[in-house]
Amino acid sequence: MMQTSITQAMALIYRGDLILAFRRWEQIAQPVVFLAMVTTLVPLALSPELGELREIAGGVLWIAALLAALLGLEFLYRSDHADGTLEQMLLSGQPLALIALAKTAAHWTASGLPLVLVSPLLAVGLGVPADALVVLMTSLALGTGILSSLGAVGAALTLGLRRGSVLLSLLVLPLAMPALIFGARAVDMAIHGEVARGPLLLLGAMFVLSLTLSPMAVAAALRISQE
Amino acid sequence: MLRGVSLELAAGQVVHIAGSNGVGKTTLLRVLAGLLTAEQGGVSWQGRPVTASFEVYAATLAYLGHSDALKADFTARENLRHEVGLRRDVTPAEIDDALARVGLAGCRDLPARVLSAGQRRRLAMARVMLSAASLWILDEPFTNLDHVGVVLLSGVIAEQLDAGGAVIIAAHQPPAIPRHTVRCVELV
Amino acid sequence: MNWTWFHKLASPPHFYRLAGRITPWLGWPAFLLIVIGLYGGLVLAPPDYQQGDAFRIVYVHAPSAWMSMFIYGMMAIAAAIGLIWRIKLAHAVAAAAAPVGAWFTFVTLVTGSLWGRPMWGTWWQWDARMTSELILLFLYLGLIALRASIDDRERADRASAVLALVGVVNLPIIHYSVYWWNTLHQGSTITKFGKPSITFDMLWPLLVMFVAFKLFFGMVLMLRVRGEVLRRERDASWLREELTR
Repeated sequence: MMQTSITQAMALIYRGDLILAFRRWEQIAQPVVFLAMVTTLVPLALSPELGELREIAGGVLWIAALLAALLGLEFLYRSDHADGTLEQMLLSGQPLALIALAKTAAHWTASGLPLVLVSPLLAVGLGVPADALVVLMTSLALGTGILSSLGAVGAALTLGLRRGSVLLSLLVLPLAMPALIFGARAVDMAIHGEVARGPLLLLGAMFVLSLTLSPMAVAAALRISQE
Repeated sequence: MLRGVSLELAAGQVVHIAGSNGVGKTTLLRVLAGLLTAEQGGVSWQGRPVTASFEVYAATLAYLGHSDALKADFTARENLRHEVGLRRDVTPAEIDDALARVGLAGCRDLPARVLSAGQRRRLAMARVMLSAASLWILDEPFTNLDHVGVVLLSGVIAEQLDAGGAVIIAAHQPPAIPRHTVRCVELV
Repeated sequence: MNWTWFHKLASPPHFYRLAGRITPWLGWPAFLLIVIGLYGGLVLAPPDYQQGDAFRIVYVHAPSAWMSMFIYGMMAIAAAIGLIWRIKLAHAVAAAAAPVGAWFTFVTLVTGSLWGRPMWGTWWQWDARMTSELILLFLYLGLIALRASIDDRERADRASAVLALVGVVNLPIIHYSVYWWNTLHQGSTITKFGKPSITFDMLWPLLVMFVAFKLFFGMVLMLRVRGEVLRRERDASWLREELTR
C-alpha cells in the first residue's frame, strides 16, 4: 500500500473541488453575472459616450471584478467546515499549506478564470481598444489570483463566525488595494497606448508573494478554526 | 473544561470513553486526534509527542467525528475516493468491496445527500475501514445505526483489533466488541 | 541565555503588579512633556513663513501618525510572540493595543483633515499619507471586528494574531503602492528635519511631543493590559488575593 504523494493529493483536491463547483454551477455563474451587470450599469449611470467610458474603463472593470471575485470567497471553506471534511483534510497526513494552495487554485479556476474570460467582451462595450485587451486579461488574471490567495486567509479566519461575510470584505479588501492600484493603472496605460510593463511586473511580483506566503497563513487559520 | 485525564493505549486494545452529555468526551477525542491542543499536558504516539511530527501521526490515525465528513454532491464512491485517496492509493475494487461490506453496494453511485442518516454513518465507517490507520478514534460511531449496522460495526472494530490496531470509542452505551474486552474510562 | 526573566515577565500576576507600579512613572512624565511640548509648539515656536499658524497642528498630527504605525508594528510583534510561544500575556497586549492604535489613526485623519482645510481648501484630499492612514484604519477595524466576533478567547487571540501578521507583511506594500499612486504631495515631515525650513524652535517641541506620545501610549497600554488580565484571569485565585489585599 502506497501513501499518497503530495502532488497526487493536491491534484485530487483540485479536481474534486472543480467537480463540486460544476455540480453547484450557480456559484460559478454568480460572479460572472455580477460583473456583467455592473459594467452594464456604468453607461446608464454616466454616459453612453464611448470616449468618456474609455477614460474610466480600467478602474470600473477592476473594481467590478474584485467585488465579483469577493462574492465567491465565502464558499471556499464554508461547506468543508460545515460537513466535517475540513477535519479530515487536517488529519490527512498531508502538509496543510499545500492542500490549501490546491484549494485556492481550484477556487480561482472556478471563480477568477471565468471573470478573466468574459472581461474582453465587457471591455469592448466600455470602449476599450482591442490592443489593450491582452493587458486587461493579464492584469485581471493576476489580480483575481491575488484576491483568491489573500481571500483564502480571510475565509479561513472567518470560518463559522456569525458575521463572517461582513467581516470578510473588511479583512480582504484593504489588503487587495495595492493590486487594484497597479491593475487599474496597467489597463489605463494600455488604453492610452502606453506600454504597461511596469505595473504588470509589479502585479506579478505581488501575485508570487501572495501565492507563496498566504498558504501558510491559511494553514494556521484553518487549525485555529478547529478550536 | 477537562482536567486530570490520563490514558494509555497499547496495540490490540479498545477503550470506551463514557460520561454524560457535555462532560467533554468530544473535546478529549479532538485533543487525542490533535485537532485541539491541550492547555496543559500533551499526547504522545509511540513515545514521541504528536506535535513533533503531526503529519506522521495523522497518517496513522483515522478519526470519525460527530459529522460524517461527506460531500453532499459526491456519490458514495467519489466520497471514498477523494477522502481515502488523500492518504493512500486506493483502487476502485477496494472501494467497492468496502461499500459492499457496509451494505451500501446498491447506492454506490448515489450522491450522499440522498442517503439516510444511517447510510451516511455506514459510509463514514467505510472510510475509516479503508484508511489503513492503526489508531481509530470514533466519536459516537453507533449513532443512527440500526441493529444490523451495530453488529456489523462491532465486527469491523474487532477485526481492526485482531490486526493489531487500537480503537478509542466515545459512546453513551458500552459497546460490545466480539472476542475483545472493552476497557472503560468514565469522565466525570 | 537565561530566559527566566522573560517567563516571569510573561506571567499574568507578575505583570499585573509590575504594570500597576510603572503606570504613574509613564503617566506623569507624559503629562509634563505634553504640557511642555504644547507650550513650545503653540506659543514659543514662530509661525511658519508659508503656512502661518496653521502648521501648529503638526504637533499633534505627526506624533499621532507615527504612533499609529508604531502600534501596529508592536502589536504584530506581540501577536507573533503569542502565536509562536503560546504566551497568553502577549495576546492580551495585542488585544489591548489595537483600539489605541485605531484611535491614534483616527486622530491622525482628523488632524490631517483640519490641517488640510486651510492648506488645500477642502476637508479631504486623496493625498498619499492620508490615504494610507485611511487604509491603516481599515486594517485596525478589521482586527478589532474579527476579535469581537469570535466567542472563544483562545481562538480569537490566535486568529487575530494571524491577521495582524498578514497585515504587517502587507503594510509596506500598501504604503508604497499608495505613494506610487500619488507622488504629487509634499514629503513626510520627518524627512524635512535636515532642511532649513524647520528651525530649531519649531523642531524641539515636536521631538518632545514624540516622546510624550510614546509615554502616554505606554501608560494607556499598561492600564488596558491590566484590564485585559482582569477579564481573562477572573477565576484565578491569585487575582482574588490581589484584590482583597
